[in-house]
Amino acid sequence: MNEEKGMSLIVKTVTRWLKGFIFLFGAYVVIFGHLSPGGGFPGGVVFAATFILITLAFGKEYVLRKIGKILASELDSLGAILFLLLATLGIYFTGIFFSNFIEKFHPTGNFKLFSAGIIPLCNISIGMKVGASLFMVFIILSVVRVVFEDGKGKLITTEKKDKK
Amino acid sequence: MVNLPLFIIIPFGMAFFIPMVSRKIKWVPDVLGNITTFILLILSLMTLNLEYVYHIGGWKAPFGIVLVLDGLSCLLLIIINLISFMATLFSVEYLEKLYTSKLRYYSLFLLMVGGMNGTVLSGDLFNLFVFMEIASIASYALVAFGCQASELEASFKYLVMGNVGSLLVLYAIALLYGKTGSLNMADVAKILINIPYDNLIAFAFVLIISGFMIKSALVPFHAWLPDAHPSAPSPISAMLSGVVIKALGVYVVIRLIFNLFGFTPLISNVLIYMGVISMIFGVCLAVLQWDLKRLLAYHSISQMGYVFTGIGLGTPLGILGGLFHLFNHSLFKSLLFLNAGSIEYEIGTRDLNKMGLLYKKMPITSFATFISSMSISGIPPFNGFWSKFIIILAAIKAGRPIIAFWAVIGSILTLSSFSKVLKYSIYGKGEKFNEEKWEKIKEVGDLMIVPLIILSVLCIFSGLLLYGMTEGIFSPVINVLNGGVVEYINKVLGS
Repeated sequence: MNEEKGMSLIVKTVTRWLKGFIFLFGAYVVIFGHLSPGGGFPGGVVFAATFILITLAFGKEYVLRKIGKILASELDSLGAILFLLLATLGIYFTGIFFSNFIEKFHPTGNFKLFSAGIIPLCNISIGMKVGASLFMVFIILSVVRVVFEDGKGKLITTEKKDKK
Repeated sequence: MVNLPLFIIIPFGMAFFIPMVSRKIKWVPDVLGNITTFILLILSLMTLNLEYVYHIGGWKAPFGIVLVLDGLSCLLLIIINLISFMATLFSVEYLEKLYTSKLRYYSLFLLMVGGMNGTVLSGDLFNLFVFMEIASIASYALVAFGCQASELEASFKYLVMGNVGSLLVLYAIALLYGKTGSLNMADVAKILINIPYDNLIAFAFVLIISGFMIKSALVPFHAWLPDAHPSAPSPISAMLSGVVIKALGVYVVIRLIFNLFGFTPLISNVLIYMGVISMIFGVCLAVLQWDLKRLLAYHSISQMGYVFTGIGLGTPLGILGGLFHLFNHSLFKSLLFLNAGSIEYEIGTRDLNKMGLLYKKMPITSFATFISSMSISGIPPFNGFWSKFIIILAAIKAGRPIIAFWAVIGSILTLSSFSKVLKYSIYGKGEKFNEEKWEKIKEVGDLMIVPLIILSVLCIFSGLLLYGMTEGIFSPVINVLNGGVVEYINKVLGS
C-alpha cells in the first residue's frame, strides 16, 4: 500500500475497521430484501459505497490494484446475465417468462429466508449488478479527464500515467 | 408462434454476454452482434399477421405487466430489426478504421435495440418509460462514441433535451397514475372513458405528448437532432434517424393518441399543423447545409413532418400514407446515412465542398446515393414517391388542398437540396476539390457494400410492391388505429 496516497492515518484506520461492517450491512439488505425494507438496488448501492469509501481513503490506485476495472465490468455483466437467466428459466420450467418457479410458502416457519421463490436470487443478481456499475461509474469519473490540445478537447484516461 | 419476451431477452442477454467473453479475441463481438441482429430480424418477420397479448409472470392484464403484439408493433419491430441488422453488417468494417472498442459498441448497440423492441411491445405505461430510457441512454453514449469535443457537446445537448422529454413523460405518467390508479395502458384508457374529462387529464396529455415529441424531433422540439445525428458513427446515425426517432417518438405518440386518449379533431389539427411546419422548416434549413450528414439530419425533421401530417389527417388513406412513409423513410434515410458513412470512410470529410466526381471512384456507393436521393425526393419509380403521393392524395380527399400544396412544396425543396448533394459530391466537383486526394479514393469493402445494395433494392421494390404490402403489413395497422380506444381495450383486457 502506498502510504503517501489517500487521506490521513485516522481516516485510513477507521475505514479499515468499518469497511467489513458496511459490506455486511449491504449483504443483509440484499438477502433480506423480500422480508424487510431494502432489496437488490439499495443493497447494491451500499456495496458500491464500501468501495467508494475505500477509494476516498486510500486513493484510486489501491482499489484499482485490488479489484480492477475488468473484474468490476465482468461482475456487472454477470449480474445482468444472472437476472435474465432467472427470468428465462421461468420459460423452461413453467412456459411463462419471469414466472416464480421455485416453491413458495408462508413466511412463518423456520426458513423465512426461502419463502419467496426466485425473488432473493433476483435480489442477489441485482445487488451484484448495481454495486459493480455504481463502483464503475465512480472509478471512471475519477480516472477520465478532458484535455485540450490545439483548441480541441478530448477524453483521455489518466490511469496509465499513474501506474508509471 | 413467436415467444414475445425473446425480443427483449436476446438483445439484452447478448449485450451483457459480449463484453464478458470477447475481451481477448477480436472477431467475437462482430460475429455475435451480427448473429444476434440477424436472429432478431428473422423473429420479427415471423410476427407478421400475429396478434396476441403476453402476460409476464402469468399475472393477468390490469395487475401484471403485458406485452402486446398487434399490427403497429409488428411494423415497428420489422423496421427496427431490419435496420439494425443492416447497421451491424456495415459496422464490421467501418469501426475497424475509425473507432476502437468494438465490444462496448456492440453492447450499447444491442441495449438500444432491446430498449426499442421493448418500447414497441410494451402494454404498460411505466415499462414503456423504462424501455424508452434504456434505449435513450444507450443512444446518448453511442452519439459520444468518438470522444471528440464536438461529439461530446452534441451528446450532452441530446442528453439534456432527451432527459427533459423523459421527465415530462414521467410526470405525466405520475399524474395519470394518480388519476386512474392503473399503469396498464388499456386499463387507463378504460378508466378515462368512464370518468368525466377534466383539466388534469388534459394537462397529463399535453405533457406526455410533448415529451414524446421531443424524442421524435418535431419542429419546436427539434434543436438536439441536427447536432446529435451527424456526430454519431454512421451506422448509429442510420439507426438514430432511421429507427430511434420513430420507435421512441412517432410510435408512442400514435399509440397514445389513437389507443389511449382517443383521436379528436383538435388533436388532428395540432398534428397536421406541427407536421406541416416541420416539413417546411426542416427542409429550408437543410438546403443551406454544407455538412453532408447535417443536411441529412435536417431532412429527418422534414420527413417526420410528412409522417405526422399523414397520420394527423386521421382518414384510413392518410394513416396508410403516414405509416408507409414511416417505413420508407427508415429505408432511404438509413441508406443515405450509410452512404455518407462510406464516403466519410474513404475521403475523411463530410464537407460537400471537398468532395467531387465520386461516381468514377465509388460506383456502387454513388448509385446507392442516387437511388436514396431520388427516393427521399419522391421521384416516381422509387418508394418515397408512393408514400408522399398517398399523403397528398389523402390531404386533397380530406378537403385540405392547402396541406397538399405545402407537401408538394416540401418535396420540391427536398429534391433541390439533394440535387445539391449529387452535384457537389457525386457527379460534379466542390470548390475545394483536391485532385491528388481523389486519385487515391477507392470503393469501400464488400461488407460495407452489402447493406447498401440490400437497402437500395428494398428502396426500389417496396415502392413497386405497394399493393401486396398494403394487404400484408399495413391493413392490420390501419385496423389498430381505426379501431381506436375501445378495440384496444377489448384486445388487451379480453372482455
